[in-house]
Amino acid sequence: MPQITYREAIRHALAEELARDPNVVVMGEEVAQFNGAYKVTDGLLATFGPTRIVDTPISEAGFIGLGVGASMLGIRPVMELMFWSFYSVAFDQILNNAANVRYMSGGQINCPIVIRGPANGGTNVGATHSHTPENVLANHPGVKVVVPATAYDAKGLLKSAIRDNDPVFFLENTILYGDKGEVPEAEYVIPLGKADVKRAGTDLTIVTYGRCVIHSLKAAEVLEKDHGISVEVVDLRTIRPLDFDTVLASVKKTNRVLIVEEQKPFASVGTQLAYMIQREAFDDLDGPIHRLTTIDAPAIYSPPVETEQLPNPGRVIKAVLAAMA
Amino acid sequence: MSKKPSAIADTKAESAVKATDYALAPVNAALSSTQRIELYRTMIRIRRFEERSLRAYQSKNPSGGTNIGGFLHLYIGQEAVAVGCCSLMGKNDHVITAYRDHGHAIAVGMDTKPLMAELYGKITGCSKGKGGSMHYFSPDKNFWGGHGIVGGQVPLGTGLAYALKYQGKKGAAMTFMGDGAVNQGAVHEAYNLASLWNLPVVFVIENNGYSMGTSQARSSAGQLAKRAEGYDMAWGQCDGHDVYEVRALMDKHLTLAREQSRPSTVEIDTYRYRGHSVADPDNTYRTKAEIEEYRNKKDPIQVSLQKLLAEGVLTEASAGKIDAEARAEAENSADFADASPYPTPDDIQKDVYWESDHPTERKSEGRLFFD
Ligand SMILES: Cc1ncc(C[n+]2csc(CCOP(=O)(O)OP(=O)(O)O)c2C)c(N)n1
Ligand SMILES: [Mg+2]
Repeated sequence: MPQITYREAIRHALAEELARDPNVVVMGEEVAQFNGAYKVTDGLLATFGPTRIVDTPISEAGFIGLGVGASMLGIRPVMELMFWSFYSVAFDQILNNAANVRYMSGGQINCPIVIRGPANGGTNVGATHSHTPENVLANHPGVKVVVPATAYDAKGLLKSAIRDNDPVFFLENTILYGDKGEVPEAEYVIPLGKADVKRAGTDLTIVTYGRCVIHSLKAAEVLEKDHGISVEVVDLRTIRPLDFDTVLASVKKTNRVLIVEEQKPFASVGTQLAYMIQREAFDDLDGPIHRLTTIDAPAIYSPPVETEQLPNPGRVIKAVLAAMA
Repeated sequence: MSKKPSAIADTKAESAVKATDYALAPVNAALSSTQRIELYRTMIRIRRFEERSLRAYQSKNPSGGTNIGGFLHLYIGQEAVAVGCCSLMGKNDHVITAYRDHGHAIAVGMDTKPLMAELYGKITGCSKGKGGSMHYFSPDKNFWGGHGIVGGQVPLGTGLAYALKYQGKKGAAMTFMGDGAVNQGAVHEAYNLASLWNLPVVFVIENNGYSMGTSQARSSAGQLAKRAEGYDMAWGQCDGHDVYEVRALMDKHLTLAREQSRPSTVEIDTYRYRGHSVADPDNTYRTKAEIEEYRNKKDPIQVSLQKLLAEGVLTEASAGKIDAEARAEAENSADFADASPYPTPDDIQKDVYWESDHPTERKSEGRLFFD
């Protein structure tokens, strides 16, 4: 199987869906002529032309709102946010209009829009550019939220997102863009709402998603080798809809849980997971539910310190040891 | 390089001609007697519907509860704007507006029964009781709402125009907003995109002089429609008390959108006789004399009636019959709303996701809802 990067996997998903459905349009700042701020859309303009690959002005409320309106008439816009952090200037369009219009119209309208882009810290760009809004987004019934960790998942999930008839928010990671993984040449899709056990284990379950999956897998190796602890890593892949059955099955097997997330702790995705785990697997737990998050402050700039503010393999190892103690 | 905003800007000069002449504008001269009467009928149907809704708002239902909750923003006084604009719609023309949306909904042809039922929060409402007064929708009539956030609908309307252009359809997206909305950033972002991408949208500013209790003079610098010039867009302005005048100007702007795929902005002067919403006691920011002045001299329904009588299209008797029918229709809509059931708690989680509403076609897995 060919090894391609996470970035290429997303690009291939876009190209395949653009070729498959003439209603798909890719739109965003620098996506066309500049070939993408992070080169995700590199070459798409040359292949599909300016009607399908559209450069926008720096006008997130305007162009995201335009995409929502166009989607109500059957266009399938795939909008790139250069950083998901910029969602704040388009909040009303994303979370009032896209999220609510189906409901407020009594089900007469649907918005098949995808909004995608990177949402992560760790690149020393300061607090304004390091938001991870998956908890904020998922708090809105009507939307779907996807956070892929690998090239294989990114491709299969993005194809499903584009075909989905509801608004789907797809959160990538600039640090993962260059990571390579095996991706089959034959077409495939991965349904939204299906978690993936990335590593089987027996002593403790790590529930995680996004780049924290990679940290957790690294930590699991060390824990196995140096501490003889067998960790199972459950990658949610999609936050909403949520494959809680896979989480439950794993917790019932290992009886111990650590949630690892690149989120601020207050009302995070992990908060919701912890509630659900205690509610539905209380008797299966041998200890309290543990959680590792970003240290609770705006993202610090200082490069070596930002690494320590975020979850990383060392912090995951410590957290697992604490949970096993 | 800057293009000169197109000739429609000159319509401001044209609007200096005598009001009575608008009946002679080609788009109006072409109207049959029946069509003229329909314009009048639609305006009076809106008026009577809203008067009836106000009575319902102010009274209790048979079991002592409220008939209508939340906000009720009445369009009374502004009817010629929605009716004039929407009367020009072809099959590829679309409409979107803000929360003062009852007039537009009736003008695009929505049945008043589900509209009243929506105010009552009933399952038979146009949005199944999930939207309320501010959120009427009818995609089958090319009506895309009904939006509660000031200015938030303007990028959506621009997106409707984008879709029309992308799909190669010759139509226009009429995107209505109030005078207060013109100060929202989203509106200006939409203006820029529309002009940059040559989208067939007509931005219609319904200038009733006030955003809630703030007069235009206290909220906005310069002439509102003129801001279009900053985006190389044509603009026009007219008096919105005469449905013929509204049609005469809008016809040109719609043609610009449909034929040349160019956006433009229209500012239509109008006036609301009631408070901002029913909750507004309306005694802090304007005088009773000002309201009376408009009501007595410029009421769009009276203006239209006088013309139709003068044209010999209507008689006092036939006009009275139309009014009686409009009152009966409003009454019937209230009876329908009253007799209809409420949604049940089971309905709360319907119409959230397309996928959960179409379980057999669902492709995703996992939990969509949480408790
Ligand atoms: C973003 C936002 N800010 C404030 C409000 C509260 N609000 C609702 S209507 C309104 C006045 C708007 O006036 P205008 O645009 O002139 O429309 P009109 O009510 O005159 O039709 C205000 C302040 C709101 N709904 N949305
Ligand atoms: Mg106003």
